[in-house]
Amino acid sequence: MTLRLDSLLVHGYKGSDDYTGSVSFPIYQSATFRHPGLNRSTGYDYSRSENPTREQLENTIALLEEGTKGFAFSSGMAAISTVMELFSPGDHIIVSEDLYGGTYRLFEEILKKRGLEFSYIDSSTQANLEHSVQPNTRGIFIETPTNPMMRVTDISAAAGLAATNEIKLIVDNTFLTPYYQRPLTLGADIVVHSGTKYLGGHNDTLAGLLVVKDDETAEQIKVIQKSIGAVLAPFDSWLILRGIKTLAVRLDKQQANALQIADWLNNDLRVERVYYVGLPDHPGYVICKKQSSGFGGMISFAVRDQQSIEKILNNVKLLSFAESLGGVESLITYPVLQTHAAIPEHIRCRLGVDEKLLRLSVGIENSLDIIADLDQALG
Amino acid sequence: MKFGTRLLHNGNEIDDKTGALSIPIYQVATFNQANLGQQQEFDYSRSGNPTRKALESTIAILEGGAAGFAFSSGMAATSSVLSIFNAGDHIIVCEDVYGGTYRAVSQMFSRFDLQATFIDASDLVVIPGVIKTNTKAIFLETPSNPLLKITDLAAVIKIAQAHNLLVIVDNTFMSPYLQRPLELGADIVIHSATKFIGGHSDVVGGLVVARDEALAQRIYAIQNGFGAILGPQDSWLLLRGLKTLKVRMDVQQKNAGILADWLTQNPAVAEVFYPALPDHPGREIHYNQADGAGAVLSFKTTTVGQALGFFSKVSLAAVAVSLGGVETIASYPVRMSHASMPLEQRIKLGITDNLIRISVGIEDINDLLTDFEQALA
Repeated sequence: MTLRLDSLLVHGYKGSDDYTGSVSFPIYQSATFRHPGLNRSTGYDYSRSENPTREQLENTIALLEEGTKGFAFSSGMAAISTVMELFSPGDHIIVSEDLYGGTYRLFEEILKKRGLEFSYIDSSTQANLEHSVQPNTRGIFIETPTNPMMRVTDISAAAGLAATNEIKLIVDNTFLTPYYQRPLTLGADIVVHSGTKYLGGHNDTLAGLLVVKDDETAEQIKVIQKSIGAVLAPFDSWLILRGIKTLAVRLDKQQANALQIADWLNNDLRVERVYYVGLPDHPGYVICKKQSSGFGGMISFAVRDQQSIEKILNNVKLLSFAESLGGVESLITYPVLQTHAAIPEHIRCRLGVDEKLLRLSVGIENSLDIIADLDQALG
Repeated sequence: MKFGTRLLHNGNEIDDKTGALSIPIYQVATFNQANLGQQQEFDYSRSGNPTRKALESTIAILEGGAAGFAFSSGMAATSSVLSIFNAGDHIIVCEDVYGGTYRAVSQMFSRFDLQATFIDASDLVVIPGVIKTNTKAIFLETPSNPLLKITDLAAVIKIAQAHNLLVIVDNTFMSPYLQRPLELGADIVIHSATKFIGGHSDVVGGLVVARDEALAQRIYAIQNGFGAILGPQDSWLLLRGLKTLKVRMDVQQKNAGILADWLTQNPAVAEVFYPALPDHPGREIHYNQADGAGAVLSFKTTTVGQALGFFSKVSLAAVAVSLGGVETIASYPVRMSHASMPLEQRIKLGITDNLIRISVGIEDINDLLTDFEQALA
């Protein structure tokens, strides 16, 4: 029976344990596995190499993203670090310029020293991507929508360019999740996730996920995962599996809330500008409609008065002033000091990640309660 | 603050010390006592545990009671509540109560001389006739399991109050999102938290909420003395489950409504039991005391063979006991939830061999209908 996506989320790769019928997949809290005899294996030898609970999560995310193989890591950054090991010194990577600050820091402070070259561009314009390709370009790494400016890149167009030039297209799909967007079906080669966000969904587990499209890359990633060893623990794998079961009901509610809140912010005089992909006048609205089935629950907005920022962050009650995103609780973040502090000022200012910008991760509370809190905090 | 917001923000969601948005799991048995002789809040996890306390306080707020208590299973919760009574006391129990409760009352507590009379609580006239001088409480489930019979809570509470009886309501089927018996005057609410509160079919737990402080103290004495408490890890998982109660229940209930309507049109189905159906007995009373029909429904197939065929063919729904999780579960009450009820009593209640109970999940409803269509064909 071929299931629709919202049913697949509930049932995952297997849905239950073959051995006992348990409808919750077992947590194999085991480091090692007993061999039936010399040169014989149950398929499981050591949990860094493979663990049944982690494997269930890896198979589930591969199924949802429509890839061949999934991999789970101890954080989103561990997933990105692992994927970057596919490249060699001298390789050039094109990167969306307003991406998560942690990714920028990894590239600039760690990977550059190892001989990788990076160009940061506005990937929402296809011409920029085309002009950035060099003879040694081996990878394109994009976020769409971007964090925090919500720029949208045409994944199919970027994939076309990548294929012609034998470049790997890597898409960070954290913001929309496979429920709303499946980059591999649009031609991307690799999808990465901070599983901490919508997939986990409860602000209580760190995780990274990676899905590849072809067996050759799967083999390469498997070796890197096993060798570096930044694997996700069995209990955390189980918590992410539990989170995925409610992904559709959470995200539908978060998006419905986000649409109302973006609309409200858009009509508020204290707010200068709202960045939400679901607003019809957002520059990426049309492309997002074409390649995704939803806009997600992330909103950024610039206030008119920079002085009001401190007051807002001190006065929010229902919203938590905290980093991260994607959980059931609404969070408000100040990118310039938090998520994007690692990005140099001149780049931040060009992007609009300035002192007036706030980012909102909309939760599943009642939207009127969220709006009331924003209203009183804006003062 | 609306209910959906209160599920996430009720004062038990953030760790004061670190600001963590997930309450810490205090996996600990005992606590260092800084000053000998000076009372501190936590000394031993059976008596109190910070993670369990966050859950207990949350359920008390959601049900609108004075205090909450978490137990290792729904039956541990029910048994602990029944343990506040004395030998020689008498209680009235609605007759189509969960089979496990029926067994505990009729086979175990009876040995300690807690007397019980089982009645059809949807028939108000019967109640005064069975009240005796030693009657101490009425134990209700509404909607009942598995036939979704409706009891008029306000009316029974009125009778109970006139006779100084405690009213205990098992609110498992509705959860506090849809029904809050304490607001109607009930004294104790019980949950199998394994069901909608946990919501993922992965934790066994029970919850109790007491209306006032005096009653809370009687229950605490049993919880601490008897010791059937919920562990810290499971307490934390139930707290995590509660956060999505509304978004889960909204979709489950919507799916259940569509499935119930669809079943009434299916030629293999003789009868459907679901409080939202226009001809469901007690429908109006139900909507006066609850905000929705919930996500559990039952139906009878025309023949027993069709029921057995359904269980062998159904594939998306798990054939299993329990209910309330995100995945759809099909149960066979005569062999599962009500197997512990005597045949004679089961037949009297209408729990027959062609009865199927469905706990509707959050899958895509079209996938469920496709599955049911082939399973009933």
